[in-house]
Parts: sequence; C-alpha cells; structure tokens
Amino acid sequence: MTDVPVPISWYLTLSAVLFVLGVAGFVFRRSVITVFMSIELMLNAVNLSFVTFSYQLKQVNGHLFAFFVMVVAAAEAAVGLAIILTVFKNRETLNIDDVDSMKN
Amino acid sequence: MQLWLIPVLPLAGFLINGLFGRRFSKGLVNTIAIGSVALSFAWVLKTIFALGALAGVYSEHYFTWIRSGVVDIGCDFGVDRLTIVMLLVVTGVGALIHVYSIGYMAHEGGYYRFFAFLNLFMFFMLVLVLASNYLVMFVGWEGVGLCSYLLIGFYFDKKFATDAGNKAFIVNRIGDFGFSLAMFYMVKNFGSLDFATVFKQAPGAPEATLTIIGLLLMLGACGKSAQLPLYVWLPDAMAGPTPVSALIHAATMVTAGVYMTARSWTIYTHAPAAMSTIAIVGLATAFFAATIGLAQNDIKKVFAYSTVSQLGYMFLGVGCGAFSAGIYHLVTHAFFKALLFLGAGSVIHALSGEQDLRHMGGLRKKIPWTYLTMMCAAVAIAGVPPFSGFFSKDAILVAAYQHAPWMYWLGTVTAGMTAFYVFRAIFLAFFGEYRGDKHAHESPPAMLIPLAILALLSLAGGFLFKVPEFLAPLFPALEAPENPTLVAISVAAGVMGIALAWLMYGAKPALAESFAASMNGLYTLVYNKYFVDEIYAATVVNPLVGGSREVLWKGVDVRLIDGAANGVGARARNLGSVLRLMQSGNVRSYATWVLFGSVVVIVAMGIMGGLR
Repeated sequence: MTDVPVPISWYLTLSAVLFVLGVAGFVFRRSVITVFMSIELMLNAVNLSFVTFSYQLKQVNGHLFAFFVMVVAAAEAAVGLAIILTVFKNRETLNIDDVDSMKN
Repeated sequence: MQLWLIPVLPLAGFLINGLFGRRFSKGLVNTIAIGSVALSFAWVLKTIFALGALAGVYSEHYFTWIRSGVVDIGCDFGVDRLTIVMLLVVTGVGALIHVYSIGYMAHEGGYYRFFAFLNLFMFFMLVLVLASNYLVMFVGWEGVGLCSYLLIGFYFDKKFATDAGNKAFIVNRIGDFGFSLAMFYMVKNFGSLDFATVFKQAPGAPEATLTIIGLLLMLGACGKSAQLPLYVWLPDAMAGPTPVSALIHAATMVTAGVYMTARSWTIYTHAPAAMSTIAIVGLATAFFAATIGLAQNDIKKVFAYSTVSQLGYMFLGVGCGAFSAGIYHLVTHAFFKALLFLGAGSVIHALSGEQDLRHMGGLRKKIPWTYLTMMCAAVAIAGVPPFSGFFSKDAILVAAYQHAPWMYWLGTVTAGMTAFYVFRAIFLAFFGEYRGDKHAHESPPAMLIPLAILALLSLAGGFLFKVPEFLAPLFPALEAPENPTLVAISVAAGVMGIALAWLMYGAKPALAESFAASMNGLYTLVYNKYFVDEIYAATVVNPLVGGSREVLWKGVDVRLIDGAANGVGARARNLGSVLRLMQSGNVRSYATWVLFGSVVVIVAMGIMGGLR
C-alpha cells in the first residue's frame, strides 16, 4: 500500500458534517447541557477546517487560529457552565424552553 | 470723543438695576437710573463743547459689523447739528422724566423693573439718534419699540395693558417692514447703508428709485410716529405708566420717524412725490386726530390724540421741505407735551388713579403747582405768542402755505381745534366745581421740580433754542418769506379755540352738552374715534385671526405638520409591533434567527459575487 494522503475534501466534508450536527443540536435539543455541547461541536468543526487549510497551504496561521478558538472555548465553557449551574439553582430545570424571562 | 459713552451709560444703569435691582433699596435704584442718564446728559454737553462750531459731521468707527460682498456695515456713531438737537432733547427731557418717576412710581410695584426698562429705552433711543448708518439706526429703532412694548405692558396683570403692548408692537411691525425693505433697496441701488455714502449718491439716482425708498421709509416712520393709517397703537399705549407716556409716547420715541425723515432729507428733496405724500399724510393725521381729541373724556387719551395730531404737524413741516421747522416743532413739542403728560400724571396721582375728566373739576385750588405748570404747556401748545409752540407751529404753517395754501388753511383749523381740546381738558380738570369723591393732594417735589423746569422750557423754549438757525447749515434753505398775516390768522385761530373752550366748558358748562346733543350723530362718531379700531378689527384683524385659526392652525398645523409627525410615530409603532414577535424569549428561536440570518448573509454574498 502506498501512502495516499487523505484528500482535502474529506476533511472539509467532515468539518461541514460536524458543524451541521452542531447547528442541529443547538437548534433542536432542549437540554441546556446538550445545547452547550453542540456549541463546542461547532467550534471544533471550524477548528478542523482551520487546521486543514493550514496543512494544505503550508502556513501556520490556521494553527494559531485553532489555538485561539480553543482558548476562547475553554473560557466560554467556564462561564457557560457557571451560568448553567446558576440557572439550575434558581429554576431547578435544565429545559431551555423554560428559560424564557427575556420574553417581550 | 468717546461718543459710545452716551448710550452705554444708561445701558450700564439698565444692567445693574435689571440684574440686582430687586435687592436694592428704592433710593439706590433711582440713584443709579437717574445718575446714568444725568451722566449721559453731561457727556452730551461735554461733547458739544469739545466739538465747537461743528460745521460738518464728526463720526467714530468702532468695529466692522457686517461685511458681505460690496456691503460693508460698521458700528459707527456720528454727530452733526441735527444729532446734537436730538441728543439734548432725549437726554435732557429723559433725565427730567426719570426724576419725575421717583415721585410717580413711589407707590407702585416693580419699581426697579420700571427704571431698568426706562434706562434700556434711553440706550436704544441714543443709539437710534447717534447712528451714522441705517442699520445701526434700525437697531435703535427696534430697541425702542421693544422698550415701548415692555413699558406699555408694565402693569402686566391687567389684560388691557398687555393687549395695548401687543398692539403697539404688532402695528409697528408693519412700519418696520417698510423700513427693512427700504434698506434692502438702498443696498441694491447704492451698495451701502452709510448716511454719507447714500446721500452722496442719492442726487444721481433715478427719481423712481428715490421715490420708492422715500415711500418705504415713510411707511416705517408712519408706524413709529403714529401717522395715518398706523396711528391706532398710540392712544392705546396710554395703558402704560404716565412717565412712559410722556417720555416714549410724546417726547422722544414717537418723534423718531420725524427725525429719520429729516435725516434722509437728501433722498426726499430728490423725490418730490414722496415728500408730498408725507405732507398730505401728516396734515390728514393732524386734522383727523385733532377732531377725535375734541370729544375724549380720558385726560390721557386727549393728550394721546393731541400727540398724534402734533406729530402730523411735524410730518407736514418735513413734507413741505421745512425740515428745520419740523425738528423745531419736535423740540418744543417734547417740552410742552411731556409737560402736559407729566401734569396729567400729577393730576392722576393727586386723585389716586382717576383719569376721567368728568370726575375732575375745580382742582386749581387743590393742586396749584400742577395747575400752573399745565397752563404753561397749554398756552405753548395752543400757539399763543410768544411761547414756544407759537414759533415752531408758525414756522410749519408758513412753509405749508408756501407749499400749498389749502394745507395752511387746514393746518390753521387744526391749530384752532388743538387749542380747543387742550383748554377743554384744562377747564374740565381745573375749573368749575369738583365732581369727584377722592381727596386731592399736591404731588411731591420730585414731581413738581421737573414740571417747573419743563414749564420754563415750554414758555421760553422759543427764545432759548433757535433751532432753525442752528440747523440752517444742514438743510437746504426754504424761501418762505415772513408773512405776518398768516401768523396773525393762525394765532387768532388758537385764541378762538381757547375762547370757545372757555365758553363751553368754563363759563357755561351746559352749553357743551346741548351742543353735543344737537350734533348727536357727529358727536357719537367722533367720541368713538370714527370706529377706526372697529373697522380695522372687521377688515384686517378678524380675517387674519380667523384665517390663522382655521387655516394655519387647524389646517396646516394640526393636519399637515402634526399629522406628519404623528404619522411617522404611528408607522414606527406598527412596525415594532410586528418585529417584537421575534422576541419570544425562547433561546432556540433566537438560535434559529441567528441561523436564518447567517444563511441570508451567505446567500446574499454568493449572489453578489462575494464568494469565490
């Protein structure tokens, strides 16, 4: 077997599939935790495309962006989980449809 | 020479009294007010002595006010002989009336406010007189109008006083409109508003241009100097305190129109049509107002119509080319009419506010000083020789005869009526039996001293101030030969007026009533001032008010402007009520909107070729 590199389109397709899954989860799931994980999924899908292009173009910029996104995602996770905990404490629910005090 | 000090001193008085007067004692307020005017008067005297003979114009330039294209208007003051005469009248009579006001206003509210406005008036009047171009003059012109409005409406809790103030202000707008148009026309034709430049170019300009300018200026003068058809505000202006009537509505402000016309003599001498119009308007006003004055019962109204009539005389003089005679009459009129008003004020003060001649009578024993001084003014205005009114009135009448004999005859009849109505007021107030029920008391010295000084000036003003000789170098000479016959006739008319008044109101009081009854229709017409106010109300005021209310307010304002503003608001609210459905509070619906938005953006970019 010779080393045939995985075509670039496969990576991008995977990234797109992951992103759409993330969007779908974000829009359709009711659990706050699942929604939160969907966001992480979307971020990582984007990371995958960054790294793919970086590898393809032989440039380091994409890697840098990927690291930035990870840092932001980590910070976001910390804040997001804190918010989720507070919401649960106050409302005793994790159903996102019940958190609607912004209505009107 | 620091000419600017002359107007600025009263302005300083206004600022000090206006800003801090509320906390000052009455003594401090009138010290500041009178002191500033007295200093101003002193500075006028100093200027006169420093200038000496004053053959030409002495002018000072302070700063450039407006520069636009060819027009270059500076803040300039100038003094020539005409200005000197006006300055002396304004500051001199003004100072006396300020002193008088101490006594008259002693028991009134708003003491500091009164003196502050009076000082502000002095400032604007002096600016008007000192100006050496039409625009600076216009500043003063508008300023005195403002002060007139403020002081007529001094008793602002009385509806008739504020109405009278509004009337004066609005009627004057019509005249000021003419003045503004005249200035625009001057800029267009002469490229300047400076007296010197305009008058140098005027002789070369087409007569039609000068006639238009002259007539427009005359419209301004008719408003300010209460001539037909804009005189209606002056009788109502008597709603103000009496010193105001004396200072603004008899001695100074209302003569601004005459001054302005005399100042513009170069324009008028080259526009004979405009000049004749002035003479005719003046004569008509003199006659018309005198007839109204015959039948008024309010002592101040009598003198108000008398002022209108005498201003008509001045216009007659100016319109006949006798500019110096017009100014002469302006000066003597300032003395005797200010005195008549101040005397009337003293009577009103003595009777605690009574103004109706029918409730006076027999006052000569109760308030002898007021009686004596008013008698001096009465003989002066009646043209009895050798008192001041005789000189100036006859100078005008002789010039009128030169212009057209019928003007002389009508003027002489007017002179007779003048003597009649003034002495009618005197006889009704001071002779016969007292018909009122109030206790009369003589006025304080602060009021009597100005009366005495003005009485001396009214009696001797003709000898003391030879205004025509003084102004002779300034105006073109008028070939009016001495004509003793004409003088004798006009004096006789005055004396006959006095005699008739004595007969009807002094000797046999019943005669006046039977006379009035026998001429009932005419009497009613005159007593109601020819219903001029009613006619104006029906033809001008009511259509204007009605049109404003129905068309401009209910139509344009409510429908169009409010409709547009409210319509915009209503559309925004409708749109908002649709858009707010998006704000469901449901996190997943927000997420859907975000998704939808990004899809739209990506598709749009794709369509516009943003994606490669």
